[in-house]
Amino acid sequence: MSARADALHDHWEVVIGLETHTQLSTASKIFSGASTAFGAPPNAQASAVDIALPGVLPVLNRGAVVRAIRFGVAVGGTIHPRSVFARKNYFYPDLPKGYQISQYEIPVVQGGSITFAFGDAQRTVQLTRAHLEEDAGKSLHEDFSGMTGIDLNRAGTPLLEIVTEPDMRSAAEAVAYAKTLHTLVRWIDICDGNMQEGSFRCDANVSVRPRGQAALGTRCEIKNLNSFRFLEKAIEFEVRRQVELIEDGGRVVQETRLYDSDNDETRPMRSKEDAQDYRYFPDPDLPPLAIDDAWIAEVRAAMPELPQAMQARIVAHYALGVQDAAALTSSRDSARYFEAAMAALPVADATGAKLVANWMHGELAAALHRAGADIADSPVPAHALAQLVARIRDDTLSGKMAKEVFDALYGGDGGVDAIIDARGLRQISDSGAIATIVDGVLAANPAIVAEYRAGKEKAFNALVGKAMAASRGKANPAEVNALLRKKLGGQPA
Amino acid sequence: MPAPMNPVLDTLAGLSASLAAKRVSSVEVTTALLARIERAQPALNAFVTVDREGALAQARAADVLRAQGGAGALTGVPIAHKDVLMTDGLRTTCGSRMLAQFTAPYDAFVVAGLKRAGSVLVGKTNMDEFAMGSSNETSFFGPVRNPWNTAFVPGGSSGGSAAAVAARLVPAATGTDTGGSIRQPAALTGVCGLKPTYGVCSRYGLVAFASSLDTPGPFARTAQDCALMLNAMAGHDPRDATSLARPREDYTRELAQPLAGLRIGLPREYFGAGIDADVAAAIDGALAEYRKLGATTVDIELPASRLSVPVYYVIAPAEASSNLSRFDGVRYGHRAADYDSLLELYAKSRAEGFGAEVKRRILIGTYVLSHGYYDAYYLKAQQVRRLIADDFQRAFARCDVIMGATTPSAAFEFGAKSSDPVQMYLNDIFTIAGNLTGAPAISIPCGFTRGGLPIGLQIQANHFREARLINVAHQYQQVTDWHARAPEGSQ
Repeated sequence: MSARADALHDHWEVVIGLETHTQLSTASKIFSGASTAFGAPPNAQASAVDIALPGVLPVLNRGAVVRAIRFGVAVGGTIHPRSVFARKNYFYPDLPKGYQISQYEIPVVQGGSITFAFGDAQRTVQLTRAHLEEDAGKSLHEDFSGMTGIDLNRAGTPLLEIVTEPDMRSAAEAVAYAKTLHTLVRWIDICDGNMQEGSFRCDANVSVRPRGQAALGTRCEIKNLNSFRFLEKAIEFEVRRQVELIEDGGRVVQETRLYDSDNDETRPMRSKEDAQDYRYFPDPDLPPLAIDDAWIAEVRAAMPELPQAMQARIVAHYALGVQDAAALTSSRDSARYFEAAMAALPVADATGAKLVANWMHGELAAALHRAGADIADSPVPAHALAQLVARIRDDTLSGKMAKEVFDALYGGDGGVDAIIDARGLRQISDSGAIATIVDGVLAANPAIVAEYRAGKEKAFNALVGKAMAASRGKANPAEVNALLRKKLGGQPA
Repeated sequence: MPAPMNPVLDTLAGLSASLAAKRVSSVEVTTALLARIERAQPALNAFVTVDREGALAQARAADVLRAQGGAGALTGVPIAHKDVLMTDGLRTTCGSRMLAQFTAPYDAFVVAGLKRAGSVLVGKTNMDEFAMGSSNETSFFGPVRNPWNTAFVPGGSSGGSAAAVAARLVPAATGTDTGGSIRQPAALTGVCGLKPTYGVCSRYGLVAFASSLDTPGPFARTAQDCALMLNAMAGHDPRDATSLARPREDYTRELAQPLAGLRIGLPREYFGAGIDADVAAAIDGALAEYRKLGATTVDIELPASRLSVPVYYVIAPAEASSNLSRFDGVRYGHRAADYDSLLELYAKSRAEGFGAEVKRRILIGTYVLSHGYYDAYYLKAQQVRRLIADDFQRAFARCDVIMGATTPSAAFEFGAKSSDPVQMYLNDIFTIAGNLTGAPAISIPCGFTRGGLPIGLQIQANHFREARLINVAHQYQQVTDWHARAPEGSQ
């Protein structure tokens, strides 16, 4: 498979563009006052506007616009001073008005880009646009035999549809882009990113062309990919399908396809020939959306430091690697945790930063993962982790002890120093006390000492082990080492 | 002018004075008008729904309020609403089979305003289906007949409200005006009909026909009564994004202002060929009165206005085709009895629920918005709409109001134009520009044809100049009595 894939990529170039529907985290819908909370009984959150009673009118939710502006600022796009809501007309039972209010000719955000680490390189994907629109309801086919249920709770939920240029060249790159976008929209607090609940879903436009060919191949759009794994697998399947089709003398037909995760394949949904004419026109119920510079400035002033900028700062300030910095800024909660821990360290230097990063990605990440918890709800607060790191650095704790303290911290057994004292975990670094232990070990093990003197380096390690055991693990191993060498009179013969 | 002896037949202002002076109670007036409505219904068919119980309950409440001293100008005054405006708990049909059984759970903004002002709602008036028509022949509930001669149409689409006011069934009523649907029936039935500036009266609860043109407004027998109604109908509504946030106005405040120095613009395009001779003579007579009142006339040009009708018949059907998509038989409204697929559910429900004129406009609208035609039709129409608005702005730099006939001819007989939609559409040739520009206009009675049918004078003013418009109409009504004439049998 992998050899075949390599051969495929030698001859064919894959071209991918993504359209991502991000559900904006407003409390109420984009054109009505109904709640957007997930999981209510069917139609409990559908107002007169959402079910499109005669005579009701849409009124734009300012919070949705603020979130669109935040996104535009974050990606460096142009925020149009005057964007227009349009009606996309089609009939479907879960579309109560018979049209979806979207933006067509003039979107709220035009352009911008997303930069991310891909392997060892940095990649930048250009954005075409991001526009505001309302979600449709849901048709429930399973629960009613011979009938279709309609739940309009989701109808009118605010979405920002983010469209890229066809800039990605592999499924892996598309996933890297989507993950970066997913981090960004949560980072700037415009979307909860919950993919199971449909808050972040991707459509992938996929085409292939012979390497070296300038013109794009015919594309297919794969709809509603609601996990990164499905996104990757759907694209990989689609690429193989298109290449095999062309190599067998066929040609790709422009169409919309659905990914079937059970069978790991894409299937045609509708072709361009039966594409609907949506009869877009400006919605006369909604005046053009006016966004002036003052509004943009107000939103910009309330923006957090963005992940890219923070990564660069972490790399420059703490001399951490790009991978470490990217991992620390994988979410705003993770970044907040890191910053809080660094602020609590007595010495916030590169060594401290590396220790904090290692503990966050090691023990803490593992423990949180086991508990299915999020770093925002970590039982070990950032200042406690900082305290733990401080005790490692001042030689109070060995690495092994630190792990025991961490487990106790995670279990809620109190503060770092209290745990150390309660468990007698303080490392012995006092040279007098260690000298007494070392002298005792040397006196009690003349045979091993003799082996060492005869040139057996392994015997030295055995002596270290005896000394550590005699201290019940509390002796500072480096001190024990140094003292043993000194007492044994330097290198073995 | 001698005051009418019977307060039941009086103007809104006159009735209000009688109620205030306790010469009559709201229950008495309401009871009497309900009886008149019942008697007139077989001949005129002005109402779709009459709410006898509700009206009497409101009348009793109004009388209590009057006794307590908390009354306003409209307290206890019976009115009717065009059946396109949502009324909480009282069926709203839009003159269509589609909504023949539909009852909304809320009041339209203008309905709520008139309710708060203490008016008594006697019922819902008949109309062209979904407000599409100029003759009231498209109603699912049968045509409304003109009280002046029941062989003639009352105009449309607010024909039921116009006929009800003309026949003295109510002193005032609401209507909606998308291309002339208040002013044209007002002219054809000899009453006053005011289309306010777009955005002055919220469209919330008005079942949309063409959203960028739909304008609620009042019918009454005098300009002053229109002002009293508008006082209760206007205002900012946060539920309508096109409703304008402007300070409240008293639209009666300029009533007494003399007209000396008033500059009346006479568009070349509104006079001459195509105007019925009796109508032209009546307009000339009205202009002579205005000159006597101290006004001067100035010739103006509105060259782009000749394109009003084609522009309107692109934009209005385009918006309608989309607005009426929600009537799909899924959630409410008419649903076909049998269907084998989703497509058939849609197709049959809509084919059965909508009448011919509504279908015609949905088809036109769907066509002009279609891929490949949008630029040539919809976009071009919007561009011409701007040119028409520019014409009016240039004109209003030279005059205070623009006058002319409301319609090129008086009421026509049933069936006279129903086989030729374009002839029907041309009846709105003078009224449509006001909807395209959004500026206010009023139609007031200014004479009769030799056949005894009323003729309307249209007065247009610039945006937000309703108070001036009402003043200009009111001063004319102080020196003429066309508006006080009643159809035979209605006195």
